[in-house]
Amino acid sequence: MGGDRRLIEINGLNAWYGESHVLHGVSFDVRQGETLTLIGRNGAGKTTTLRAILGLVRKREGEILLRGQDIKNVPLRRIARLGLGYVPEERGIFSDLSVEENLMLPPVMGSGAMSVKEIYSLFPNLAERRSNSGSKLSGGEQQMLAIARILRTGASIILLDEPTEGLAPVIVERIGDVLRLLKERGLTIILVEQNFHFAQALADRYVVIESGETIDRFEAADLEARMARLSEQLGL
Amino acid sequence: MTNVCIPFLHCMPLTALYGQLLIGLINGSFYALLSLGLAVIFGMLRIVNFAHGALYMLGAFASWWLLASLGIGYWGALVISPILVGAFAIVTERLLLRRIYGLDQLYGLLLTFGFALMIEGALHYFYGSSGLPYPQPKAMQRALNLGFMILPMYRGWVVLASVVVCFGTWLLIERTKVGAYLRAATENASLVECFGINVPLLMTLTYGFGAALAGFAGVLAAPIYQVSPLMGSNLIIVVFAVVVAGGMGSILGAIVTGYVLGLLEGLTKIFYPEASNIVVFVVMAIVLLFRPAGLFGRSQ
Repeated sequence: MGGDRRLIEINGLNAWYGESHVLHGVSFDVRQGETLTLIGRNGAGKTTTLRAILGLVRKREGEILLRGQDIKNVPLRRIARLGLGYVPEERGIFSDLSVEENLMLPPVMGSGAMSVKEIYSLFPNLAERRSNSGSKLSGGEQQMLAIARILRTGASIILLDEPTEGLAPVIVERIGDVLRLLKERGLTIILVEQNFHFAQALADRYVVIESGETIDRFEAADLEARMARLSEQLGL
Repeated sequence: MTNVCIPFLHCMPLTALYGQLLIGLINGSFYALLSLGLAVIFGMLRIVNFAHGALYMLGAFASWWLLASLGIGYWGALVISPILVGAFAIVTERLLLRRIYGLDQLYGLLLTFGFALMIEGALHYFYGSSGLPYPQPKAMQRALNLGFMILPMYRGWVVLASVVVCFGTWLLIERTKVGAYLRAATENASLVECFGINVPLLMTLTYGFGAALAGFAGVLAAPIYQVSPLMGSNLIIVVFAVVVAGGMGSILGAIVTGYVLGLLEGLTKIFYPEASNIVVFVVMAIVLLFRPAGLFGRSQ
């Protein structure tokens, strides 16, 4: 199981939006350098799990251990310093800022930060449109910018929420290539993804979330054996 | 002498027209400085800062107090008073405003309105409402003959200082990293904080900076108007109309609309004086009819 390689441990995570109890004891762990994929139906609590890990959902209970230390009480503004980078579902591109301003916005926090030159060679589209407003980008370009922005910070753990949502197949393929490259570089990725075929090519392990609870966890190698059950659980 | 005429309304000498345009430009300078501060504060904090007029008045009072008590003249006050007003605003943000972030904007409006009344009431109690004189700096007591009009130097200085400060603020917000943080936090504060940026501190400094702009305007105004507890409340409603017409939270909108409406008000004083007190509000109403987000604002 490699317990010593565990980078993140989530134990009994509960979260609330106002009075609404959304997560009911989500538990899983993430190993150094792996891609863990959270799967589940719409509204199961996958996005909320990511937001609760970061502290974007303030009202939460349970343990969120990063390298063995509970980070639940760490202020949101200090989370990035711990090496966590977030690519939200809605991409979070600032329309009032240019592509380059969006890219340069988050401060560099880690030693493995990609240079702007490296980023532009990885995403040539962004280089061409560096002075354009963030709002003028296509959905695919916005997604690339959201990923690129985090790579420039040197984050070692990336929380990636629905990166392929609403994108054309050719763009999905491109984003898949980029994520594979990040995997090769040893980045740890927590991926929330509805596109199961996309996730399949990247995931080392899966966590199934349903109604705010963890209902299953398994290795990628066991996927074939679980398919029938997953189809039943998730309607795949 | 050359006259300028508007059919059915009025004819007047060109020199008088230039004079009124200068007055309009001076008023516009104050509108621009004050609405800029309001726009910066609203953009970042989502607070409709009704205390802005009181902060402007505090800037003027601070200058008067620096001169009367410490012998510090206009140029010193131009630096010190905005710092004092900004520091005062930072304390109030930490103690009061911070508690209402996330609530409906009405709470911010009522809190700052009440706060403005308290400040004005306190100064009214100590200094009365008749106003205190503040001298123009000696170097600015002359007038320049521009050929087509006589320009009192201090009035020219007010316009110049306002343009420089407005342009500098625009540069700061649009062309610097701090400005990028501010613009980004205006759109999505929690995501910016998630990137490791200290958004609560940014909000405090923004309020302090917006207040310092009001304080700066107060220092500029002190030699022109009487330093009086009500000088801010007389102006703030017009400034709010300017901000709404320009687009709430729009930096460029606040600056451009401030100057344009100041000039328009000046022109109205020449050609149809009866409407001069309402022209800004009429423009605001027309803008709201056709562009509810304001001339430079973006629809939410």
